[in-house]
Amino acid sequence: MVSSIPKDSQSVSELKEFYRQMVLIRKFEEAAAKAYSVGKIGGFLHLYIGQEAVGVGSIAALTPKDYIVSTYRDHGHALARGLNPKPLMAELFGKGTGISKGNGGSMHFFDRNAHFMGGHGIVGGHISLAAGIAFASKFKKEDSVTICFFGEGAANIGSFHEGLNLAAIWKLPVVFICENNHYAMGTPEYRALAVKDVSVRAYAYDMARDHIEGDEVRKVRDHVQVAVERARRGEGPTLIEVSTYRFRGHSMSDPAKYRTKEELEAYKKKDPLMRARHELELGGIKTEELDKMDLEIQTQIEEAYEYAETSPEPPLSQLHKHVYAEDK
Amino acid sequence: MAILTYREALNRAMVEEMEKDPSIYLMGEEVGHYQGAYKVSQGMLDKFGEERVIDTPISENGFAGIGVGSAMVGLRPIIEFMTWNFSLVAIDQIINSAAKMNYMSGGQFPMPIVFRGAGGAGGRLGAQHSQAFESWYAHCPGLKVVCPATPKDAYGLLKSSIRDNNPTIFIESEVLYGSKGEVPEQEYTIPLGLGEIKRKGTDITLITWSRALGFAEEAASILEKEGISVEIVDLRSLRPLDENLIYESVKKTNRAVVVEEGWPVAGFGAQIAYLIQKNAFAYLDHPVERVTQMDVPMSYAANLERMSLPNATRVADTIREMLQ
Ligand SMILES: Cc1ncc(C[n+]2csc(CCOP(=O)(O)OP(=O)(O)O)c2C)c(N)n1
Repeated sequence: MVSSIPKDSQSVSELKEFYRQMVLIRKFEEAAAKAYSVGKIGGFLHLYIGQEAVGVGSIAALTPKDYIVSTYRDHGHALARGLNPKPLMAELFGKGTGISKGNGGSMHFFDRNAHFMGGHGIVGGHISLAAGIAFASKFKKEDSVTICFFGEGAANIGSFHEGLNLAAIWKLPVVFICENNHYAMGTPEYRALAVKDVSVRAYAYDMARDHIEGDEVRKVRDHVQVAVERARRGEGPTLIEVSTYRFRGHSMSDPAKYRTKEELEAYKKKDPLMRARHELELGGIKTEELDKMDLEIQTQIEEAYEYAETSPEPPLSQLHKHVYAEDK
Repeated sequence: MAILTYREALNRAMVEEMEKDPSIYLMGEEVGHYQGAYKVSQGMLDKFGEERVIDTPISENGFAGIGVGSAMVGLRPIIEFMTWNFSLVAIDQIINSAAKMNYMSGGQFPMPIVFRGAGGAGGRLGAQHSQAFESWYAHCPGLKVVCPATPKDAYGLLKSSIRDNNPTIFIESEVLYGSKGEVPEQEYTIPLGLGEIKRKGTDITLITWSRALGFAEEAASILEKEGISVEIVDLRSLRPLDENLIYESVKKTNRAVVVEEGWPVAGFGAQIAYLIQKNAFAYLDHPVERVTQMDVPMSYAANLERMSLPNATRVADTIREMLQ
């Protein structure tokens, strides 16, 4: 493993914070998986385990006024944005205290205040929503940037092409981040992508592009930062492909038999959490300190679990609420 | 009162609203430089500039999504579909994004967006360009569906739709764009969900909206000469629906027929027939009837197109039979 050792105390504390966020996501999802397996969480549950460095690194390049648009695999993005794990876990449990009041579930986390603009369930459909949010920023002459996450599977649907073309012709402040985990459900990329490198599709829209490995969190942040700054300067969108891997199946109901053990093991050696931990140790952080941090996060997750479990279900009167917005 | 065409009334409504509220913009194919495929946005580019009257490439899914995304953060888009036939490639954004954004976010994201454009059948445009889709959109909770039949209604309803904080499907009738009618000079709005009795009568209630109002009125005039008195209820919006107006009329006439431009199967008329039998059953002297487009795609041939569409003769025949 070629490691980049954090050189000064600032980069050590930065990496420590990234590590903390990644562990938070990992442990949140491990707890969610457990809750799912005992029937406390329903529906689909798409885990982000293995991809944490992408969300954490990308979102670290943003300021609070920037916007994030996510897919059904949204837990990691929401936590990286700094959302409290309690209402997130409560949402998974379908409770009234959930981040979307229990109406959303795993695939539809929303937090207006945090500019977390939703997890969306239709593959690729949210790409033009992200362009629309960026359109509004430009319209209102605000210098917010929107980042939009999606998988390589989404790069094959029409809305990807329409969204990117519109963003490019209007130079919208948006960064498209393709988290290429090499599988769309059971379909490996080589059976779905005529050109394997998604980022070269940027050429078709005269758009800036980038392509990086997604196991090194600070590198992800640095690259996304360049694109975010480009967008903020009014120079338009960027398509970034980040190569990554999900250690679990597509969702909890997928045993992922379409890939080999060897492949999985090879990727697990590139686990972004292990990597960050290793780099922190090289930077002078003691193992005990990291263990202590892990433990604190574990406690935080247990509290979130407890909160979700003991929260009340939404009132039945909520069924008909929010179908339409209240009048002005 | 001014005499305006249906398209002028729509134009006036948009212009007035955009003058008042800088967060409103109009987006669609040919809305700007070309002045609108049906000239509904005539003159608006000059008035508001390219930042607020925005031409798009042909990418309905994409710009519908742009509209929805921008509405999430406080803009009030008017998205024009050149015709509603092309909305089908954007129906994902309309139904999966716009219609449930507020609900699935637990009330965090109201959706003040209007999707509007030309709808309906006729003019020998053939199967892909002659379709009435209001029943499709009315099927979906979270959407409002508005179908004005007159310039006066078009103006007042479009203003309400633009001001509404919910996604509105505003279906204009392609064949009515040039039709003229009185429009008050004074600004006014018509609340969504308020139907109107367009003609008073005692023998039968004819329920309709949009272009089919014309067939209804023609039929009523024919029947009047035969001593049959027809009451015409123009719903104006299907969601929300003015149910009481329907029941009050049926209680008086004891018979109802729905006239609509769309297909019969799972059409909106079926929903109205259900509601009447459920809520005004005791007042019915006859099963509710429907006059719809035939259950076929639209033919290009002039005679077949004529045969397929509802018309005054079919409406009159149906009513005569019901009164026998
Ligand atoms: C339009 C659409 N088609 C199919 C699906 C079902 N589906 C959900 S996720 C998925 C795979 C998407 O893969 P990718 O975009 O690579 O994202 P990943 O799950 O790998 O993060 C499919 C087929 C869907 N949600 N939407």
